[in-house]
Amino acid sequence: MDRPKKTPEAIIGVKSIETKHMEERAALHRGLVNLDRRSFLKVSAAAFGAVAGAGIVSPHSFQPVSVAHAQPAKGKVQQFRFAYISDSHLYERSLNDRFVNALMRAVDDVNSMDPQPDFVLYGGDLAQLGGAKELETGAQVLRNLKAPIKMMVGEHDWFLDMGEKWRELFGAPTYSFDHKGAHCVVLNSIIEADFWTARKMTPEQRMLTVAGLDNGVQSRFTVGAEQRKWLENDLKGKPSTTPIIVFSHSPLYKLFRDWNFWTDDADEVQAILKRFDNVVVFHGHTHQMLTNRIGNIHFHGMLSTAWPWPYAPQGLPELTVQMGRPDPFAPSDGCGDGSALVHPDGLADKIYNLWNRNPVTVSRTYTATRGAKDKPAKPRLESY
Amino acid sequence: MIKRDVIGKSALALAIAAASIVAACGGGQGARPPTTAQQQGGAATPSVGARSVEASALAPGNVEVLLCDGKTKISVASGTPGTAIAGQLMAEWMRKNPSSNWEAEERERHTLQPAADNSGLIGLIDGHTYGKITAQDVALWKTETERVATAGSAVFHDADQLGSTVGVSCDMCHPHAANTHPETYPKFQAQLGRVALLRDMINWCIEHPVRGKALASDDPRMRAMEAYILAQRKGRTLEYGKH
Ligand code: HEC
Ligand SMILES: [Fe+2]
Ligand SMILES: [Fe+2]
Repeated sequence: MDRPKKTPEAIIGVKSIETKHMEERAALHRGLVNLDRRSFLKVSAAAFGAVAGAGIVSPHSFQPVSVAHAQPAKGKVQQFRFAYISDSHLYERSLNDRFVNALMRAVDDVNSMDPQPDFVLYGGDLAQLGGAKELETGAQVLRNLKAPIKMMVGEHDWFLDMGEKWRELFGAPTYSFDHKGAHCVVLNSIIEADFWTARKMTPEQRMLTVAGLDNGVQSRFTVGAEQRKWLENDLKGKPSTTPIIVFSHSPLYKLFRDWNFWTDDADEVQAILKRFDNVVVFHGHTHQMLTNRIGNIHFHGMLSTAWPWPYAPQGLPELTVQMGRPDPFAPSDGCGDGSALVHPDGLADKIYNLWNRNPVTVSRTYTATRGAKDKPAKPRLESY
Repeated sequence: MIKRDVIGKSALALAIAAASIVAACGGGQGARPPTTAQQQGGAATPSVGARSVEASALAPGNVEVLLCDGKTKISVASGTPGTAIAGQLMAEWMRKNPSSNWEAEERERHTLQPAADNSGLIGLIDGHTYGKITAQDVALWKTETERVATAGSAVFHDADQLGSTVGVSCDMCHPHAANTHPETYPKFQAQLGRVALLRDMINWCIEHPVRGKALASDDPRMRAMEAYILAQRKGRTLEYGKH
């Protein structure tokens, strides 16, 4: 009765499409490690040829896509991908390991991206109450990332010691760098006017006040005159055709004031960015899928690894396609991480890697056509 | 973790105490709030329950009332409505307590939707309980109601008061009580396998994301949180069963 089981290959004499697909994918990616662009093309072509020769070019085949990506672009940016992790809100592990585990999951996600992203942007709110141990725990977990990391600061990292520990660990919160033809700027957008001195608050009280999203005692977020000046200088002399990517913790527009889904001097910052053809802003803080466009500026939110925020009761941008209402019975629903694919023109496909759901892509076409094309699917349960 | 005592842990304790006066002081059996007792001729022998307020041997027609704390005492004309007595007691109690500002402070921190305005009723006769409804009555209803909701706001925003073992409070996921949808209860929660009341879902969130112990239905904190959550959804149509 019991015959030895045969693999499908042994039976049919050929490998399944899926097996070939996986082998071809593995071969390609083995070849991709540390390749420059020219040899990359060579490997791609070879792999493509091999598969084409075998008569199997599935629509899922990686080569043609990859070749297309590497083609000399007409635009200014050599297409690249970065990953993001944001809003982990860590307590010390001894108090709460749920949030630490969530950050570790995100690090695993990013480490298993193949090919690896060019860099990983951390979107702010690494700590919950700005504690040195909280920030150190975060730094320790993030050290496991294979790709280089770019850090951004959030209000939960800042208001205990006004950023002292954060700067000691990660350096200046405001900086810029050029990447494959795009100019990238990282801002500290969570500066609040002093509400604590007059109230004789301790640093802990100040931190707790800011940590409450709905705490009305605190001030509104700003980028502030000093950084705006810095930004102007940083962008001075750059031709308006330069693709600009801005990272800020708060959305650089005015969505909902009561929760600081808001930057008080957003208009002034936008004015500085106005002369460029294409600007993309990636922000943390809102813990949800969020899309907006104001003139030449395209805005994308990031997911949190710790918990999702509800959508604001008013001010939601028209372009936003909501993520589904999270299921409270599924602990990491509404949380996640993600990545962005920056195109030659400097606009980006934004990928929301929701842990409990299918990933959602908000494509550059969607924002470029102001929602006319490529609209992401509406969620089953919208917020109310 | 940084201790959360700084923004008035004591004030929050008072918030609970205050809720208790309104919610449980006159006979609630859940938590152990200080109990209202009558007081006669200066002899501090608190007995149980506000209902035992009686005429005293003091000035004729006057009654002395002792607050739940066993210390705060006021003298009121006999026949004063109970709600008015409660209001005066509370005012006296707050005057004597250093953190008596808890309510104003909590309301400054966290916006509370106002309770309904009943001023349209002023001057109307309700023969049974009130006689003629006065401006003071109406003001009192509002203050007392909002006080309970405010106490709920304090609990909702404080991991310690919630008994969280992981430093998590409700506002971390429900700012201004967003996404709590009290207007949709009762409703069938498949994951619980039964029809849930608002308090069941509150308890579910206490046990799971907050990792604390479920509260008894008549726990002053539960009562106060229900008040706060309902207050925040003011104006919504009741739609029990909605998902
Ligand atoms: C870590 C996040 C988190 C925390 C903390 C949390 N909740 Fe929730 N809760 C959720 C999510 C997510 C939902 C589902 C929201 C929805 O349906 O849109 C939910 C749902 C609810 C609901 C039911 C809403 C509905 O539509 O039926 C209530 C009531 C509720 N929470 C109350 C509370 C209370 C009270 C606390 C504090 C004791 C609390 N929650 C703490 C995440 C949280
Ligand atoms: Fe955050
Ligand atoms: Fe934030």
